Amino acid sequence: MTNLIDIKGVTHAYKTENGPLPVLENLNISVPEGDFCAVVGPSGCGKSTLTRLIAGLIKPDEGEVWLHGERVTSPRSTVGMAFQNPVLLEWRTILDNVLLPLEIVPNSMSKRQKQDRARDLLALVGLDGFEDKRPSELSGGMRQRASLCRSIVHKPDVLIMDEPFGALDAFTREDLWQTMHRLRAEEPFTGVLITHDLRESVYLADEVIVLSGRPATTQHVENVKLSGRTDLEVIYTQEATDILHRLRHQIEVAQGRAEVVAQ
Amino acid sequence: MKHWKKVATPTFAIIAFLAFWEFIVWFNHWPNYKMASPSDLIPAYAKYWNLFLIYGWQTLWRTVVGLIVAVIFGTLIGMVMGFSRTMRDALYPLLVGFNAIPKATVVPVIALIFIGQHDFNTILIAFMISFFPISVAVSIGLSTLEPEYRDILRSLGASKWTIFWKIALPKTLPEFFGALKVSVTLAFIGTNLMEIVEPHGRGLGHLFDSGKINADYPLMFAVLIALAFLGIVLYYIVVALEKIFAGWAERPQG
Ligand SMILES: Nc1ncnc2c1ncn2[C@@H]1O[C@H](COP(=O)(O)OP(=O)(O)OP(=O)(O)O)[C@@H](O)[C@H]1O
Ligand SMILES: [Mg+2]
Repeated sequence: MTNLIDIKGVTHAYKTENGPLPVLENLNISVPEGDFCAVVGPSGCGKSTLTRLIAGLIKPDEGEVWLHGERVTSPRSTVGMAFQNPVLLEWRTILDNVLLPLEIVPNSMSKRQKQDRARDLLALVGLDGFEDKRPSELSGGMRQRASLCRSIVHKPDVLIMDEPFGALDAFTREDLWQTMHRLRAEEPFTGVLITHDLRESVYLADEVIVLSGRPATTQHVENVKLSGRTDLEVIYTQEATDILHRLRHQIEVAQGRAEVVAQ
Repeated sequence: MKHWKKVATPTFAIIAFLAFWEFIVWFNHWPNYKMASPSDLIPAYAKYWNLFLIYGWQTLWRTVVGLIVAVIFGTLIGMVMGFSRTMRDALYPLLVGFNAIPKATVVPVIALIFIGQHDFNTILIAFMISFFPISVAVSIGLSTLEPEYRDILRSLGASKWTIFWKIALPKTLPEFFGALKVSVTLAFIGTNLMEIVEPHGRGLGHLFDSGKINADYPLMFAVLIALAFLGIVLYYIVVALEKIFAGWAERPQG
């Protein structure tokens, strides 16, 4: 199986007034095509920086980022992004917000096809009937759903999400997790999900990568293959609990609050 | 019902204001040279109505042209300062200093430099006095654009121009119109300053000046009211434009 995302020995530092701030150090991540990869780690360790590297928004000081067998040196239209802040454009309707990427990415779709595509996606996330509303008329969870639609409307190979559900209440968040599974069943994409919520990572991802504290490097890779996973109940099985336990421990190690124990 | 109220409320306020004015003048037995009353103005308008039309138009178009130049120049300066930190640091003190100079002192200087070029003079002052709020608003609007907004488009390979056109510009419009409302009034002041100061000038300012020279006090007050009227018209044109282009920024009031 080929890897869709290959991050090889990436090192990156920000230039600040007090000299360089090393953020990532010799980071290696591979995500096979179609997989969903969650990245967790202590706050401020460099997760958002990682998303910007994959998207080609910044270049690594050392190492390489590969997408689909091509080296990333600049942004590319085969990537979709979603953030904690839904960043919808207030002056556009929900439908026009979702259509935004199609105005930029070269494509051969007719106006009609674009609209149909956007409407289908909105229906898929439960926003049918809200196409002509303004973002300010929607709840936080609904805005994040619209934002998700926008991030995949141009059929990207890679969906990068930086704590997309971080600002939502627990119930809305669980709703959106299930929406995510529904989207994955319909749309083929490879995902990178940055999150602070271990249960979220276990429920959604095929593998969970734990980053060490800053400068971040890959500390631990956990394969999550829970059976029958679209049911939320799966989080409460023994299997899931064991995984959560291991991840919890790894986070504590990353924060410098626990020693590594041999497994 | 709602529309009816929207027009009726300000109309009532204006009538109440005029009545109050008439009453004060009558109550204090003020002579014309101290304060003319609204009823004195009607003969002034009747006598000079053609001058009011000609001069009013002159004042109006020169203010509007000055304002348009201010919008173009102010937006460009604002864009330069909004996109580049260095330019912001370099230009800000210059702009603030320039803005701090009382324009009443600049008017005679300009009038002398470009003597006789009435239209140019007036437009120049109207522009100089009114571009500052616009450039500040645009630069602040652009420099406070959250990075995520930019990243959303940049990650798709959008050009800088596309990002400006699709996101930065519309997002700045509410601030821009806020500033434009201030600038309209300022440009108006600029036009009139020049019209009053310049010898053999034009526009309502000149009419005011000739009222002064001829001790025609009702005429002077009539000019002031005409100016107020033009100011209101311009202001509401800006409000209408704001509704069209930045109406989305208005939150429904509950
Ligand atoms: N543009 C920048 N210039 C300088 N330093 C930066 C910049 N962006 C981020 N940093 C610093 O780099 C470090 C990593 O930032 P990053 O946003 O990648 O962390 P994160 O893991 O996403 O944090 P969080 O979990 O809080 O979202 C932080 O210490 C941050 O202060
Ligand atoms: Mg972050």
